[in-house]
This record gives sequence, C-alpha cells and structure tokens, in this order.
Amino acid sequence: MKFDTPAGANPIDRTAVVGRPHDRIDGPLKTTGTAPYAYEHHAEVRNPACGYILGSAIGKGRIGAMDLAEAKTAPGVLAIVTAQDAGKLGKGKFNTAKLLGGPDIDHYHQAIAVVVAETFEQARAAAALIRVDYIRAKGRFDLAEELKTAPLTGNSNGGAPPKEARVGDFEQAFAAAPVTLDATYTTPDQSHMMMEPFASLAAWHGDELTVWTSNQMIDWGRTDLAITLGIPKEKIRFLSPYVGGGFGGKLFLRADAVMAALGARAAKRPVKVAMPRPLMANNSTHRPATVQRIRIGATREGTITAIAHESGSGDLPGGRPETAVNQSKLLYAGANRLTAMRLAVLDLPEGNAMRAPGEAPGMMALEIAIDEMAERLGMDPIAFRVKNDTQVDPEKPERPFSERNLVRCLREGADRFGWARRDPRPGQVRDGRWLIGMGMAAAFRNSSLVPSGARVRLGRDGILVVETDMTDIGTGSYTIIGQTAAEMLGLPLNKVQVRLADSRFPVSAGSGGQFGAASSTSGVYAACLKLREAVAQRLGFNTTDAVFEGGTVKSGNRSADLADATRAGDLTGEDKVEPGDLEKKYQISTFGAHFVEVGVDAYTGVMRVRRMLAVCDAGRILNPKTARSQVIGAMTMGVGGALMEELAVDKRFGFFVNHDLASYEVPVHLDIPHQEVLFLDGTDDKASPMKAKGVGELGLCGVGAAVANAVYNATGVRVRDYPVTLEKHLDRLPGAA
Amino acid sequence: MRAFTYERADSARDAAARAASTPGAKFIAGGTNLLDLMKLEIETPRHLIDVNGLGFDRIEKTGDGGLRIGALVRNTDLAADMRVRKDYGVLSRALLAGASGQLRNKATTAGNLLQRTRCPYFYDTNQPCNKRKPGSGCAAIGGYSRQLAVIGSSESCIATHPSDMAVALRALDATVETVNAAGQARAIPIADFHRLPGDTPHIETALAPGEFITGVTLPKPIGGRHYYEKVRDRASYAFALVSVAAVIHKDGTGRVALGGVAHKPWRVEAAETAMPEGARAVSARLLAGARPTHDNAFKVPLAERALAAVMMQARTA
Repeated sequence: MKFDTPAGANPIDRTAVVGRPHDRIDGPLKTTGTAPYAYEHHAEVRNPACGYILGSAIGKGRIGAMDLAEAKTAPGVLAIVTAQDAGKLGKGKFNTAKLLGGPDIDHYHQAIAVVVAETFEQARAAAALIRVDYIRAKGRFDLAEELKTAPLTGNSNGGAPPKEARVGDFEQAFAAAPVTLDATYTTPDQSHMMMEPFASLAAWHGDELTVWTSNQMIDWGRTDLAITLGIPKEKIRFLSPYVGGGFGGKLFLRADAVMAALGARAAKRPVKVAMPRPLMANNSTHRPATVQRIRIGATREGTITAIAHESGSGDLPGGRPETAVNQSKLLYAGANRLTAMRLAVLDLPEGNAMRAPGEAPGMMALEIAIDEMAERLGMDPIAFRVKNDTQVDPEKPERPFSERNLVRCLREGADRFGWARRDPRPGQVRDGRWLIGMGMAAAFRNSSLVPSGARVRLGRDGILVVETDMTDIGTGSYTIIGQTAAEMLGLPLNKVQVRLADSRFPVSAGSGGQFGAASSTSGVYAACLKLREAVAQRLGFNTTDAVFEGGTVKSGNRSADLADATRAGDLTGEDKVEPGDLEKKYQISTFGAHFVEVGVDAYTGVMRVRRMLAVCDAGRILNPKTARSQVIGAMTMGVGGALMEELAVDKRFGFFVNHDLASYEVPVHLDIPHQEVLFLDGTDDKASPMKAKGVGELGLCGVGAAVANAVYNATGVRVRDYPVTLEKHLDRLPGAA
Repeated sequence: MRAFTYERADSARDAAARAASTPGAKFIAGGTNLLDLMKLEIETPRHLIDVNGLGFDRIEKTGDGGLRIGALVRNTDLAADMRVRKDYGVLSRALLAGASGQLRNKATTAGNLLQRTRCPYFYDTNQPCNKRKPGSGCAAIGGYSRQLAVIGSSESCIATHPSDMAVALRALDATVETVNAAGQARAIPIADFHRLPGDTPHIETALAPGEFITGVTLPKPIGGRHYYEKVRDRASYAFALVSVAAVIHKDGTGRVALGGVAHKPWRVEAAETAMPEGARAVSARLLAGARPTHDNAFKVPLAERALAAVMMQARTA
C-alpha cells in the first residue's frame, strides 16, 4: 500500500492489543538463555569450525610480507584466508573501508586474515603465530588539524556541489542582535559497545551460502555480502533472528560475516566467527567526533533572530559526515539561518551511524548553546524554548510539522520534575559535600516511514503467522509486530506467531534510524489488510465494512467465526507499505524533553546523576512497556555520552587506544539511580498507517546536554567538550569548604 | 592463548620448588587477571601451578594482636570479615571499592597484590611496552595517559598499579609472607614489596623466582577512623583515577597512601607529619617531584582534594 494520504480511522484505533504494555513475546526465550544468537545455532549446524580474525597492527600503510607457515602447522588449523588467497572481493555499498585488508591497510585492526581451526582457542593461538611485516605510512589522525582545510560537504556523496544552507542573512542579523552567543563544542568518537559482539556462522551447500548473523538490516547485509563475495544475492540466505544489541554498529555487513563465509569456503566446512571485544572499536565503525560552532542572536525579549550551526567531522576517504546540524534546521524558529558541514579525510577507523546519527551529537551541542543563551537573556531555559517554538519548517515555512507538541513536553516535564524548585543561579545548592544542579534539554529526532513488507498466513490451526525480515535488536519488534497482527485480525496475542529476520521473508524496513517500529508494523498492517480481504471474500463478506473482533468476523447483520474462513485451507496476505509524499508536504519529527538532576562532589569534581525524566511526543505508542525500555536505555546511553564515553585517539599511531570495556567506560547500574518516562497521548496520522513514530533514538537526543546543563547549574563552570569529566571543571569548582 | 601444562601443587614449598625449577611457570589462584592476560598473550606461561588446594584460606589472630590473612582468602571473604571491618576498615572499604562481586568471589589476597597494570598500551600487543616486552619502548609516554602514573615513573614506564587492596595494606603497614623453593620463609614489608619501574618495569615485585606468597599479616590495630576514597568517572567497576587510603586519629594525625598515581601504592611517611596542617601540606610533600603528563596533570590537585574530603569527614565525624 502506498501511504500518501493521512491515515483515517482504521482497525488499529481500537487499541485492544496495540498500545498495551504486553510483555515481550520472546522474553521467556531471552531470560532462559534459549534464544539462539548468531554464534549458537547448534541445532542447525553441528560441529562448526571456528574462525579468528587477525587485525592490522598499524593504522595506515601496507603489508610488506606475511608469513603463515607457523600458523598453518599449528594444532587444529584447517585454513587461513588472507587477501592474497581470498579471490577477488568486492566492497559492499554500505562499507567505506574494505572488510578484508591487504596489502594496503586502511585503518587499525582492519581484518587481514581469518584463521579457521577446530576450536576457538586453536584459531586464536594460531592467529598469534602469523608474522606480518608492515610498511607504515603517514596517516591523518588529528581531526582538529585536518578540519583546518576540510571542504564543505553535503549529506551524502555525489549530486550537486555541497554548500551552506542559508535562509535570510545570518551574518547581518547576528551582527545586529543585542544578545549573542558564539561558542564551539566538541563531541568525541564513540563506540557502540553492544553486548553481543559481531558474530556470524556460515555454511556453504554447493554454491549456496547460509549465514546466521547478528545484523540489523537483513537485505542490506545480504546484498553487500553478495557484492563482496561476487555471487548472486539469490544464492545467499541471511538470518538474524536474535540480536544482542546493535546501536547502528550492525546496520551494515561487517568482517565477521565475510570472514565466516571465506573461512567456510576455504575449510570446506561451516565456520563461525565472533569478533573479540578488543578488536571491535577499531575493526568496525564508530560515531565520529565532531567540532561544532554555534552562533545564536536574539532580541532582548528572547526571540531568536539569527542561528548558525556549523559542524566538522572526519572519515576515511569516500566516507560521510556526521550530520550534526540536522536538528538545528528544524528545532527553533529564527528568520536568519545558516547550517553547514565540513568533512575532513582521516585514516582512523570508519565513522558511521550510531544511534541517532546526526541528532545525538548535534543535540549535545545545540542544547547547551540554548541553555547558555537563555542564561544570557536572563530567561528560564524552558521559557526561551517555548518562545522560539515553531509549528512550521523554519527553512520552508510552507511545510508544517505533522504533529509537534514540544511545548507540552517541556511544560508537563517541568511540572513532573519540580523544575520550579531549580535555582537559576548556578552553584547555589548544596547537600553535604555535593553541589546539586538541575538541567534540561529538548529532545528532537526526525521520523521517517521506509518501505517495509510482510506476509501473514492464517492457518487451519487458528494460528496467525507473520513473516517479515524485520529484526528485533532488543527493541521489542517481535512483540509490537505480534500486537499489530493480532489487532488487525481480532485475535489475542497468543494466537499470533512472529517469525523475523530471514531473507526468505519479505524485505522490511529493518532496525535503524528509529524508523523500524512504525515502518515494520505498517508493513504488517498492509499485509493484514490483504489477509482481511481474503478472509472476507472467502466468507462472502463485504471487505470494507467487515469487523474482525474476538475471533469473529462481522459484516452488517452477519457474523462468522474467523476459523470458518480457513476450513478450506490457509489464507495468506502479503503486501508492503511504501511512503508517498507526505514527508515532503509535512515535516515529520518526534519531540521530547529531558530533565536531569546531578550531584557534583565539591571536593573531587565527580559527577553522579540523581534522577532523570523524559517526556516523549512520538505519536501512537505501540507498546508502552517496550517503548519505555527503549527510552530508559537511551537515557542511560546519554549519561554515558555526557560523562564518560570517549574513544581516545592516539594521534601518533592512529588508533582508538581504549578498545575494550574496561577502558571504554559505559554506565553501570550504580550510575543510573532513577529514571522516569512519560509518553504524551496522541497519534500522528501523517507519520504512518499505525499513526506511530519512533522513540528509540528520541530518548537519546538531548540527554547529554541535559546532563551537562545540570552540571553547570550545580557548579557554574561551563564545559563544552564531551565527555564532561572531572578534570574539565576541577580547578574552577566553588569552594569545597 | 599459548598451550601450557598444568598441575596442582601439594604444598607451598612444593609449589615454590616446582615454580623455581620449571621454565615459564606461574602460579594460578583466582585467575581473574592471569587468564585474561593469557588470552591476549600478554602472559604466556608454559606451565601453571594451581595453588587453590593449598589452604592458606583463613584469617587468624597473630601473637601480637594483629591478623594473618591467608594468601588464598578471597577478596569477598576478607572484606566481610568482622575483625577486618572493625579494626581495619580501610582494608574492607578498599576491597569493596574494587572490581565486582563476581570477581571478588574469585580473586585472592596474593593474586590481588600481583595483578598487573591496566595501562592500555600494555594490553595491546601491537604496541611497544617495556613491561610486556623489555626494551621495546613505552607507547604510553606521549600517548593516551589519562589513567597513568604521575609520580615515581621513569623514562621506561608510566604504568600504575591497579589494586585498591594494596593501597590499604600500605597504609596499614602490612607484611607479605613468603616461602621459597628451599622452604625458607621470608617477611617482606609491603613498602618494599612493589617496585618502581626504573629501567626494569617488567620486574614488579621483590619476589624471587618461584617465591610463593603464603599470606599477609597486619600489625595490631592502630585505631583511628578509616577511609577509602576512590575517585573514578563511573560509580562502580572502574579503576581509580586517584584513591586515598587514610587512617586519621582524633588529634588529626594519621596515615595516608594513594592509589592510581604510581607503579606501587604511594606513601611517604614523612609527609604524614603534616597531617594536622591539612591536605595541602600533606599533598605537597606526598607528591613532591610528581611528573605528570598533559593528560593526567589533574591527578595532582585531585589527590589533594580527595585527601581534603577525607580529612573533612574525619573532622566532622
């Protein structure tokens, strides 16, 4: 179905199943450890061999020589594959760097070999016996240095030459504004650090390849694996039924799948590969660091007259920018506007998407700037945001927002959090040795509907089976898809069986860009409409007025059991949702407000979050329980980004030094004492047939700034470089005594 | 991980003798650090001598009113011991500030003393490291060094010792008891147990080859209030940026040892005479001669401030 007009009244509005806080239908499998992850498909593949990836020891240069002799004769070794003997390999369209390097090395820990052995331990030990002579080349590893000469860039490669986006005359308005801010903010490289590492199990049957993997996007991964291996896509079956976290790191084909496939071909045996944790940060992708300059000019009354956001980031040759200016085009009004991005070429590992790419680091900067501006104006930061709210796209005022309840989020959040108790003068509130502060930020993330297909089959056993290649990366896809199908056919959730993430199923949206939930359930919705037609037809009912409820179908005065429809055989419906031009006519986004209270140790400068609140405006919430899980997880990630997460760059050797979970710190339970999430009631009929949008990334956008603003309110020391660690304010804290 | 042979020792003396006579031998107890290092081939023992069955798992009173802690007493048990909690609170607090519950259940007293640095360059076998590969150089100098040493470091190494427990033991004047291959016992003051890196950073302790730790003794209780202040970016499960182990008496006198700043628990007894004058005076003497890096210069004022926090608590207790 083409979604090109706003959704009218539809069966989802009944919300007998959708919109309810159902437990995850896959929960028992997860909590009992019986959900098979990529490395654990023992039932399908008996006794696979194990592959171990060897990563490059240098950041830039080439391999002079590789000596495999000792490794080949090590105990248990079945095969070793390097670029020399892998045959011709392509590069996936979503990959910037090659997944098997050599002789040229593009980045540190780029895979240069996979060793296949009977056991994991043997493969690992043998990999350490490979002798590699490297010829180092000078690399570009310093973002600030390279940005000095970096050119302007657009959102993607190709097309018209990139330029600044301008409305009105920013420079003139900024110069004329009585109150201004001109500040530069930095965000560091960040690592996804999902719990489940990259892992794949590959098995060849003749020229056909089956890969069980851990990937967010089945069709992207399958397509890029086919391109990489130079085989037809149809020869590959790609499955990822359970994913232990991805955060964007698993959007794309990665080395584990390629190495498993190559290793299995060489060893003539199924091979599984899990990437060791210390390899992940440099081998795979990361969220790129940014340098962001923000200028805002306003009247004394607090009306923004000029706003500019310029961001610089870096990536490998042919890479993409971190689009940190996205939200600044849309979040606040202002007649004169400028946004621009610059992209430096770096020889660090590949930068790419991490949860809310663009907005996550962009909001970290913008929402500190707004806090700073409010202070300069002597305004409450909520009042300043309310004053500059807009109901239309500020760059294209003819485009209204489909739904925008930012002001409600701000006000309801303020009430709930006790914002009125905040002392706007920083450094005033003490609790023993702790300086106490409150901060807030708006939340903003765009929402999009992407094509998504599904197939539904009503069986004679009364079970409704849903098949789509959608993934569940811990988000709750299984459950909301089941709820959608149950709602559409008037069945209880336990009559629905959901099968996901198999390339034999219709291609879906996949999990990314917070488009997964709304898009994939809309695809299921579309397929269910087809099934309802088939049911109605078989029952001899009029499709348009048939009501599916409680296992029965009613039309006019007639009523029949749903089971009657399948007596003559199963019925199937298949369709996909496709976006029309609603996203051109309307700006479709999600909104929210984050509130944070922190304590800062007046002695040591240590920062600890005390409580957090998020208020979200994201259309219909399909399942408040799984949605809440998404948001509290995102808030936790936001605390990590605010206070501790940073891939430390060694600018001499060109690599991320702290490449394990002992040295790349993410929050632990003790860092996250109390979180509350509120969802505004509401639907967005222009966002999707489900009238739903996404929340998984909204929950992250703005959290970092809310924490940083709370720290400022506690201390009076403004830190503009993330993460906000104690040494950045220690020497300026208010007296400890 | 390289292939290795394995045996269970029958006695401490036997363990020491086997270790001294077997090339590439190492003792293994909890294995919480050694196994990780073996997987990364940072440690490549050819032979492991499992000492878990040797006893040494009790905490007993000594003749002079102190405590003897068996080498194999688990960190969890040591932290929970009522005598330790009552008379050596700094030790209990330091233990509980380290690692996680699961790790403390496995980690032993001797193993904790012998854990190796968490310097990220030590952990990456592609990088030069004089501690891991003597003579190869130090990548940490001039690199990412936020977590590393500010005092007692050398041109060869700026690593820190990661233990919390050892910092408390240093403040308590503990003694490490050992036995060697010949069956001779030796008592090593904790101050002499860990070494500064000098130009041999791979030699980390005063132990002779094969020498086996049987226990740690604590002198009789010294009273005072006991503090362990650990400063870190996240609230748990992180190594100290700076830690302060302190015992402070009512008159303001006391003892202070620092963690996270040097290749060993850092204590300068002479600095403690300044305790009644306050944290600044103590810190100035304790960290005199500090040579921090650009990344970790903050540790010097941070140590002073952490000590000030402890002293404030002692004053207002």
